[in-house]
Amino acid sequence: MTSLPKEAPAKRLGLVIDLDTCVGCHACAVSCKEWNTTGYHAPLPDSDPYGKDVDGVWLNRVHGYETNLGAGQGTDNGGRTVYFPGSCLHCEEAPCVTVCPTGASYKRTEDGIVLVDEDICIGCKLCSWACPYGAREFDSDGGVMKKCTLCIDRIYNENLEEVDRQPACVSACPAKARHFGDFNDPESAVSRLTADRGGVELMPELGLKPTNRYLPPRPAATMGDGASLDDAPAAGGFLGWIDRALSR
Amino acid sequence: MRPAYSVIFLTTATGAGYGLLALLGVLRAMDSLPDQRAFGFFALGLALALISTGLLASAAHLGRPERAWRAFSQWRSSWLSREGVLAVAGYGPAALFAFAWLILQRNDGLWPLAGLAAAALSMATVYSTAMIYRSLAAIPRWHHPLVTPVYLILALATGAMWLNEVLAPFVTNHGGHALTQAICFAAVAAAWLLKIAYWRAIDGATGAGSAASAIGLGGLKGLEKVRPLDPPHVQDNYLLKEMGFTIARKHAAKLRRLTHLTAFLLPLILIVIQATASGPLSLLAAALAAVSMSFGVVIERWLFFAEAQHKVMLYYGAENI
Repeated sequence: MTSLPKEAPAKRLGLVIDLDTCVGCHACAVSCKEWNTTGYHAPLPDSDPYGKDVDGVWLNRVHGYETNLGAGQGTDNGGRTVYFPGSCLHCEEAPCVTVCPTGASYKRTEDGIVLVDEDICIGCKLCSWACPYGAREFDSDGGVMKKCTLCIDRIYNENLEEVDRQPACVSACPAKARHFGDFNDPESAVSRLTADRGGVELMPELGLKPTNRYLPPRPAATMGDGASLDDAPAAGGFLGWIDRALSR
Repeated sequence: MRPAYSVIFLTTATGAGYGLLALLGVLRAMDSLPDQRAFGFFALGLALALISTGLLASAAHLGRPERAWRAFSQWRSSWLSREGVLAVAGYGPAALFAFAWLILQRNDGLWPLAGLAAAALSMATVYSTAMIYRSLAAIPRWHHPLVTPVYLILALATGAMWLNEVLAPFVTNHGGHALTQAICFAAVAAAWLLKIAYWRAIDGATGAGSAASAIGLGGLKGLEKVRPLDPPHVQDNYLLKEMGFTIARKHAAKLRRLTHLTAFLLPLILIVIQATASGPLSLLAAALAAVSMSFGVVIERWLFFAEAQHKVMLYYGAENI
């Protein structure tokens, strides 16, 4: 059924992505591709992977942007690069769900995850037109639509160690810029991070109520001007001896 | 948005077919059309052929056409599903209408109701088609109040043009049928005005979305510039191929001029020529008017896709959508 759940989901599972600490390494995207090409959405096909016209289905894509944030502050600071990993935001008012003519696209009542049932998808692509975030990609081999599942085959998988029961992208992030949890629980890490760091919705002007939140970059630490060491108080001990010897 | 030929054919062919069927249903109920079987056969045949080939073409756009029947299930939420349900439902009254006209030759009692029901379902189907586009907030040039009126009036106008063309040989003076010509003229003129209003509206609008709000930096103080530095992939991906289609402004302007000429101006002139001339010239004018308008509406529909910008392009360097 492609009507949205009438009652609010019991859980609202989603991600918090920290734009301050993301280093743009693409580990989340690669890990997502690796897990999902053998998981729920297997396979995530590629065409001409080693040729000139590479194409393929990715459920998570990392963009890098140049911004003027912090420009002119500190030493020689021309601005700031912001890396932005984008994937399905599991919206409360998901337009990709209501446009689906077959019921293949649906939002789960138990945890708010938006999924595609590949067995009944007719590949009309209308859901990918309806999503302003570009979260859905068409698999032209299978003729069906694919999207982030929040790794439902990991987060509920009792064959995995408990520590691994989170989305592949979250496990892979070396900068700990990705966090997974329940936004309905005010004590969860994702709720606390959102509250503490002013987590935001993407394209709030559309009113789609995405679940995932992004943490904005913090002001950059300013570098010293390099002159202050001259006035440093004399140290004692070994370092003090070196200081005295070099100052002679 | 990438103009998919199957969808352009679907919307223009079914539009003309449903417009024609609707006019036949209403005008026959008013007893304003010739009763001849041959006229009914050609007019209804053309309408149903346009509708049916258009609907079949839509399956070419699907990744899994063999599952197309599943699209009838979600009419509660999906305009695409509603379009499918209404399109199939429309065949019932259309068949009764054809039966009454071509077999029974009746137009009394309750029989006109079949034609009127076919007309209502035809217009409802065109409305659903338009609402598929109108309901997508991710594409502001489609999410516009003028989209549905333009679809409806263009369907009626192209349908009227083809009615006029099929009717011309069957009316005695070959000058045409005054009521049909009046409908043609009024519908084309109204469609022209609405399309001009639509183009002016979308040209004047700046989108509320920015790259900053798309990546979550919208509220940051002092942020003036967000420029793509590293794209996710070096080659175009599905999103760029499907949603990233752009058309050069000079080409769009040329195609709009071609639309003005072939979809609106020429048909209006040709209808006047048809009404004032007689004999072969009148017949030729009617045929040219229908062909010219249909060609123009295909260009118009191609532009409807090509000029539509999708918000996902904010992630790929677009400034405001």
